Amino acid sequence: MQDKITNILIVGVGGQGTLLTSRIIAQVAVQMGNDVKVSEIHGMAQRGGSVVSQVRYGAKVFSPIISKGEADIILAFEKIEAARWLDYLRPDGMVIINTERVNPLPVMSGKMKYPDDIHEKVAALIPKTTIVDATDIAVRCGNIRAANVVLVGMLSSAMGIPAEEVEKAITAIVPAKALEVNLKAFREGYQLM
Amino acid sequence: MKKLLIGNEAIARGAYEAGATVATAYPGTPSTEIVNSFAQFEDVYAEWSPNEKVALEVGAGASIAGARTLVAMKHVGVNVAADPLYSFSYTGVNGGLVIVSADDPGLHSSQNEQDNRGYGRFAKMPVIEPSDSQEALDYTKLAFDISEQFDTMVMLRITMRLAHSQTMVETGERQEVPLKPYKKNPQKYVMLPGFAKGRHVEVEKSMLELQEYAESTALNRMEMDDTSLGIITSGVPYQYVKEAFPHASILKLGLVNPLPKELIKTFAAQVDKLVVVEELEPVIEEQVRSWGIEVSGKEQLTLLGEYSAEYLAQKLTGSPAPQSFGIEQEVPARPPLLCAGCPHRGVFHLLRKMRLVVAGDIGCYTLGAISPLEGMDTCICMGASIGTALGMEKARGTEFAAKTVAVIGDSTFVHSGITGLIDVVYNGGTSTIMILDNDTTAMTGHQDHPATGLTIRKQPAPKLDIEALVKAIGVKNVRIVDPLKLDELEAALKEELARREPSVIICKRPCALLPEVPKPTYRIYVDDEICTGCKVCIRLGCTGVSFRDEEKKAQINPGCVACGLCEQVCKFDAIKQAEV
Repeated sequence: MQDKITNILIVGVGGQGTLLTSRIIAQVAVQMGNDVKVSEIHGMAQRGGSVVSQVRYGAKVFSPIISKGEADIILAFEKIEAARWLDYLRPDGMVIINTERVNPLPVMSGKMKYPDDIHEKVAALIPKTTIVDATDIAVRCGNIRAANVVLVGMLSSAMGIPAEEVEKAITAIVPAKALEVNLKAFREGYQLM
Repeated sequence: MKKLLIGNEAIARGAYEAGATVATAYPGTPSTEIVNSFAQFEDVYAEWSPNEKVALEVGAGASIAGARTLVAMKHVGVNVAADPLYSFSYTGVNGGLVIVSADDPGLHSSQNEQDNRGYGRFAKMPVIEPSDSQEALDYTKLAFDISEQFDTMVMLRITMRLAHSQTMVETGERQEVPLKPYKKNPQKYVMLPGFAKGRHVEVEKSMLELQEYAESTALNRMEMDDTSLGIITSGVPYQYVKEAFPHASILKLGLVNPLPKELIKTFAAQVDKLVVVEELEPVIEEQVRSWGIEVSGKEQLTLLGEYSAEYLAQKLTGSPAPQSFGIEQEVPARPPLLCAGCPHRGVFHLLRKMRLVVAGDIGCYTLGAISPLEGMDTCICMGASIGTALGMEKARGTEFAAKTVAVIGDSTFVHSGITGLIDVVYNGGTSTIMILDNDTTAMTGHQDHPATGLTIRKQPAPKLDIEALVKAIGVKNVRIVDPLKLDELEAALKEELARREPSVIICKRPCALLPEVPKPTYRIYVDDEICTGCKVCIRLGCTGVSFRDEEKKAQINPGCVACGLCEQVCKFDAIKQAEV
């Protein structure tokens, strides 16, 4: 348990598994004896829209949402989502960006161009930026849907959380039939940082 | 052991622990998980009602019959249930009844951001506001006691941020509460004028008793610290206040109607500056000011949307806004959109192509209003489409009706579209109504309803036959079309629009996300030799197809489920099928 509140912002596109990810991270924080709050988005915003889950933990947490300039880590499941939420990051915070590209409507319809180099612009602004093709790692582990757990691995390793704690949480949350692939994907991610 | 629960799960747990045996709801974000979670408990009854009015009426019946009863809905659902609400507040309860109103400041998934604390004042019922999941559980339990003690239903008012935030909860044991005896008592339960007069007297009496209760209940508490700033607050904003002003003195209200006048006066007298922090309407602030207490609130704080700790610190103490990296301005917006393979997409493509006036309704298909489909003219509330189309016809004549359609989903039709259709037939309308039947309540996460043939617990139920219902209402022209067959749908629409009689076209195809939908037997690809880059497929707004700027060609993406829509709209036959 720690006095300072840790703030983790998990951003992505509805359907990418941000909800499950925030639940794994929150479970780890609970196991480690923290007060925890998680704010989720359900409903309309899930239909392929931009989604955000917020995890806050520490000795005592009040607000369930993270203020701008306060996040210690942004975990981005998609490139431009990292940039969209960047103002929530502390100036010395960390960003982990999955290079997956999901075209939003204005790009699909040709009204706007997808800013393909946006992750490099983020990296130029934020010294502690890590860019990863988690989707590719997940595919190699046996299931494209495990990309979120690759990112959980990187996050927990970067934060110095023991792997066993996270594996315990994954085992508690992920359905049994997907567990093996998820643990493999987690370990791949964990050793990257 | 403590565990994480979202507010909605905590409310269900609280009702269960309080011994509730009946729960009713119509799904609506952010309330859906409440009764869905309650249905997972054993030895209780839970239902998806056809709409919120019925949900409250069933709840009233269960309460009068002696059961502790939970009724849940989103804020606008309370409008649907307002008729029984205002009268049930007169009859009072037998078994305790708690009605949950899940409000949506910030309009995360709603058509307005009304503040339902107002209902408490107008319907003369106590309103309780929890500020985290533990309070959601504890206050729900207490609400049942208050309901029975003061002979009144109790509103538990929550917001999206409580409903969908997980916080730590210590759960308890279920208390078995036997049914209260049922006694015939028409003076209490038959609301005709003579009896209602007597009940009004009782209601006013119990409101006075509640005012007294408000002064001493543990639901309201003072947290005294630095007295230079005193803040009255309730609900999730309490958490923002604690975060932004850790040393301020706080009067935290758990019971927000009726207010504890004396407690507020005592608190006001002890602080130098008094501020009310409440999202949306100045419900507390205006009452406090009316008692001659100097207070501020909405002169600094907005009436719009959600608050946050950061916002409060900026507005109340002038802390600077955090630095912006400025990079978010380079990012294209990402609005929600219809899924790949969604049976609604073709409908709106066609409606725009045919330049029809479209009276729309509430569900996933409301997304047909936004770019690039842009196939909707109006959307007011649940079930409004059919009446709106009839009103347009009565204002502008049958010629206008010949280019107007009403579009409504299956669950929404059952919710409140049926009476609109009766009006069309009864009053000689010629409207064409499309019922988009995707066999579920999709937007809120696939809840069953009377026409799916399954209950909330996925048990078989008699299946409402929408076609037979529509015919029984008196619509002679009823047909069923597969909305993914655009030619058939277009022909059907042309024929029915030309008819000077009411028609219903049932567009029948299950939601693409339902597990029973079969996997595609072929895949779709773009033949680059033939594709001219005209982008007609792109205007479908589907994640399964995108445009390659360099080559000026369309391409099929991995998310494609081979619904065949882009293949049908391609004028050059450049989109083809191949074996998987």
